[in-house]
Amino acid sequence: MLVEYTKQIQEAAKRLLKEKKVDCVLGYRQGTIPLVDAPYFAYTEEEVDNLIWSSFCTKNLANFLIKRTDRVAVIAQGCVSRSIVGLINENQVKRENVYILGVWSPGMVDRFKVMERVGGREILEAKEEGDKIIVIGEGFEEVIPKKEVLRQNCLTCVHRNAVLYDEFIGEKGEETGGGNRDMVAAPWEKLSIDERWEKFTETFKDCIRCYACRNACPLCYCAECFVDESKPQWCGKTQDEADVYTFHILRAFHCAGRCVDCGACESACPMGIKMRVLTSKIEKDIRQMYDGYEPGMELGAVPPLSVYRPNDPEEFITP
Amino acid sequence: MGYKCLAKDKFSELVEKFTKEQDVFAPIAQGLEVKWSLIDDPSKILFDFKNTSMSPKGLFFPQTECLFEFNNNKDAEDAFILKETSPLVKKRTLLNIRPCDARAFSILDKVFMKDEDSLDVYWKDKRDKTILIGLACTNPCSTCFCTQVNSSPFGEDGLDVLMIDLGDKVVLKDVTDKGEEILKGLEDASDEDIKKVEELKKEAESKINANLSMDNILSREVLEVYEDPFWDRLYETCLNCGACTFYCPTCHCFDIQDETKGDYGRRVRNWDTCMSWLFTQHASGHNPRGTKKHRVRQRFMHKFKYMPIKLDGDIGCVGCGRCIQVCPVNIDVRDVIKNMNK
Repeated sequence: MLVEYTKQIQEAAKRLLKEKKVDCVLGYRQGTIPLVDAPYFAYTEEEVDNLIWSSFCTKNLANFLIKRTDRVAVIAQGCVSRSIVGLINENQVKRENVYILGVWSPGMVDRFKVMERVGGREILEAKEEGDKIIVIGEGFEEVIPKKEVLRQNCLTCVHRNAVLYDEFIGEKGEETGGGNRDMVAAPWEKLSIDERWEKFTETFKDCIRCYACRNACPLCYCAECFVDESKPQWCGKTQDEADVYTFHILRAFHCAGRCVDCGACESACPMGIKMRVLTSKIEKDIRQMYDGYEPGMELGAVPPLSVYRPNDPEEFITP
Repeated sequence: MGYKCLAKDKFSELVEKFTKEQDVFAPIAQGLEVKWSLIDDPSKILFDFKNTSMSPKGLFFPQTECLFEFNNNKDAEDAFILKETSPLVKKRTLLNIRPCDARAFSILDKVFMKDEDSLDVYWKDKRDKTILIGLACTNPCSTCFCTQVNSSPFGEDGLDVLMIDLGDKVVLKDVTDKGEEILKGLEDASDEDIKKVEELKKEAESKINANLSMDNILSREVLEVYEDPFWDRLYETCLNCGACTFYCPTCHCFDIQDETKGDYGRRVRNWDTCMSWLFTQHASGHNPRGTKKHRVRQRFMHKFKYMPIKLDGDIGCVGCGRCIQVCPVNIDVRDVIKNMNK
């Protein structure tokens, strides 16, 4: 837990509830198991004492704003605030219904990386002290520099501070995690078509189609997802490659130009599948093809693939 | 009946006895995970592990299972005649299955093989042809709570043989006649070994301190639990993904699909999840579990209230704790039980 941040978040949350500016505050509570802190709605000042901020807050809280009709204060670092902007732009969230408590993200921890560090041994406790994570299990205690176990998307993040907020909690920090997000996509580009397919199937072979990735994603708010549609049925329900891969490919394309790379999909996946290998490449293409467009940076912006202009480039269409 | 003993270095010989005529499955390490796998090399079989990432239910109830095939060409000789999926050719043995996962099978037997009229032939075929040799849990996970749901780290329910790892040797206890047959010829365990087993059992059970009770859940009126206000908070952060249901050794709901390609057709059943809105969507457009709250409540009510009523008190949970480990938003079944047990 990041003690100082937690204190400031709790103060702001209590004030907002007391002044009746909001009906509830959406943040995180400490998880019942290590490395997984849980999204949490605090409705009373008493419940605010459960709110925390840590490096284990790996979901995207914007996801929980969709369809709510009450006034919610939400703790939002860069990616979450960008998702909120996106949802406002796509008419899924009303600006006047959210009070954004902007924060700076220190980068969140990839629990699979931590598990790897301790060789898969059971972790009984995880603490953070400064830039280190201390992981404790039966007969071992390991001190790990946080940077070595950050989620990949946090390493390549370039907007760690909230971009839209009603008040900012604490000081603003470094915008970037230091990694190069264009490099993440680069491995695909060097591969031949066959190698890409091989890498793709390798990435998704363990998928059990629980849809945790889809359901953790603030972009996946469709009333009826294409994999659930039955009239007509676009996608089979089996574990056959064609069905599994169709889901992942189509979902990735559906998010093109809208994905803020929050990493909630990967953090939610119980199998540890790194589905960002698809979305990061797609977002890179969007940046390159649409004058550096980044989703969620500006209220009123229109996602490039959601508009049609008569003079859109069409070289890719073979006559 | 009784305890037998086998030196660890002789264990491979026992396994090879099976592998000659059977398919042997056991937990092996794959990267960070422990997975169920077909064994070709007995030395790969793990003894020192907590539990497999996913339960072995897929070996009896595969995530995708073809029920039968058909030819859709009306002019063909075999037009519209169902072709049965062939039953298992080889017998199978599951080695080192944890007692919680074996117990799940005996609970599911009551669902899939309740009576002649509702017999699931696909489940029965695999159950009848599979021997379960369990490995007692001497070091349960922090998320385990089997002792609170009628199970135990040394539980025998569902097993043919229970093995206890004593380091350089294993002690084996036959549970069924099939088990007795397997252990024939092995030497008896010494009193000292049996004493050690008892000690390990006590120690393992004492490590599980979830401190849960089911008494009130079982005695409370169904509607009282159903209408408890705590559900109003529990569902809020649920993603309605299917991770808990797919990892759960006792979740057993499925969806049936007919698929065709050209003249070829097949009927497949796939794991389904009550977390999905589609699970209960009617053709009329009505959905009896139309909200997330309905769906989250259903899963826990089914396990801890409806199943005990229908299955002579058997709870639809074996306390393996997998759902706690995989839930992306940390909905902890232990907290749910505490709330239901008010």
